[in-house]
Amino acid sequence: MHTFLLSKIEVGSHLYVNFSDTLHLHGETVIVSSIVVLAVSLFLILGTSNLQRVPGPLQNFVEVVYELVKSIAVTQMGPSYYAQFLPFVATIFLFVLGSNLAGALIPWKLFEIPSGELAAPTNDINTTACLAILTSLTYFSAGFKIKGIGYFKRYIKPAPFFLPINIVEDFTKPLSLNFRLFGNVVADELTVTVICSLVPLIIPLPIMMLGLFASSLQALIFATLAAAYIGEVIE
Amino acid sequence: MVDSIVSAASVIAAAIAVGFAGIGPGIGQGNAAGQAVEGIARQPEAEGKIRGTLLLSLAFMESLTIYGLVVALSVLFANPFVG
Repeated sequence: MHTFLLSKIEVGSHLYVNFSDTLHLHGETVIVSSIVVLAVSLFLILGTSNLQRVPGPLQNFVEVVYELVKSIAVTQMGPSYYAQFLPFVATIFLFVLGSNLAGALIPWKLFEIPSGELAAPTNDINTTACLAILTSLTYFSAGFKIKGIGYFKRYIKPAPFFLPINIVEDFTKPLSLNFRLFGNVVADELTVTVICSLVPLIIPLPIMMLGLFASSLQALIFATLAAAYIGEVIE
Repeated sequence: MVDSIVSAASVIAAAIAVGFAGIGPGIGQGNAAGQAVEGIARQPEAEGKIRGTLLLSLAFMESLTIYGLVVALSVLFANPFVG
């Protein structure tokens, strides 16, 4: 029986681009994330290239995004340190938002590829793992840069016997960031797909709206948490 | 034979993972939403702030369920024990 589905129910099947026996790329993730990076860059370049005192619609939108990201960074890191980490937080926010929305809004089913299917880059656990590890590296280096060797005092606060808990926390932070984003995106897509396979018309629409809302919220949460982790190291 | 037992156990494990992961966050989200409603009723002018904080904390609680879902998905689709 042929059913009309917006995407296939499959997790973990990819378009493999092999370089050697051990090294291979997930083709669809690379393609879609390049498109997202290009789109976001184009949006920012066009929005900021011709700055006016009375902003046009595009510049207005870019300013709203900037204000949002800046308020996240300022509330988590304080007014004296936020400026040097604002680019990182803004990049994370825009990339995650762009990839989630790309997965939700663009009908990727129309483009045929040999295996797997085009979908949100955050649908692949490697993308979210990369973002989470980047966040970890950033707060380590932020701590070293601002506190020097005194950074390690953080591990024996509030008391020395908290040392193992604090060390474990360094590993659980990226893990939870990773799973939170990946799980939410995959859960959205699976819910929509399953409901589409049961009732293809009208009924999935509210779920899709919920998915759109949830995926924007996930971008906000990822950026907030990244800023909070940096902020708690440097405070 | 062994494989079919592993598959059956995996399906049951996935169901249990999602099911139990839903309980705690459900209670927590209910508490949070109830308290938020109470806060808005007591102080309607603080609604915007309360809503923002509520949504953020709901998403954090949601992620606990999602961890269960990730475990279930990895057991169903990327099971390391099926040969």
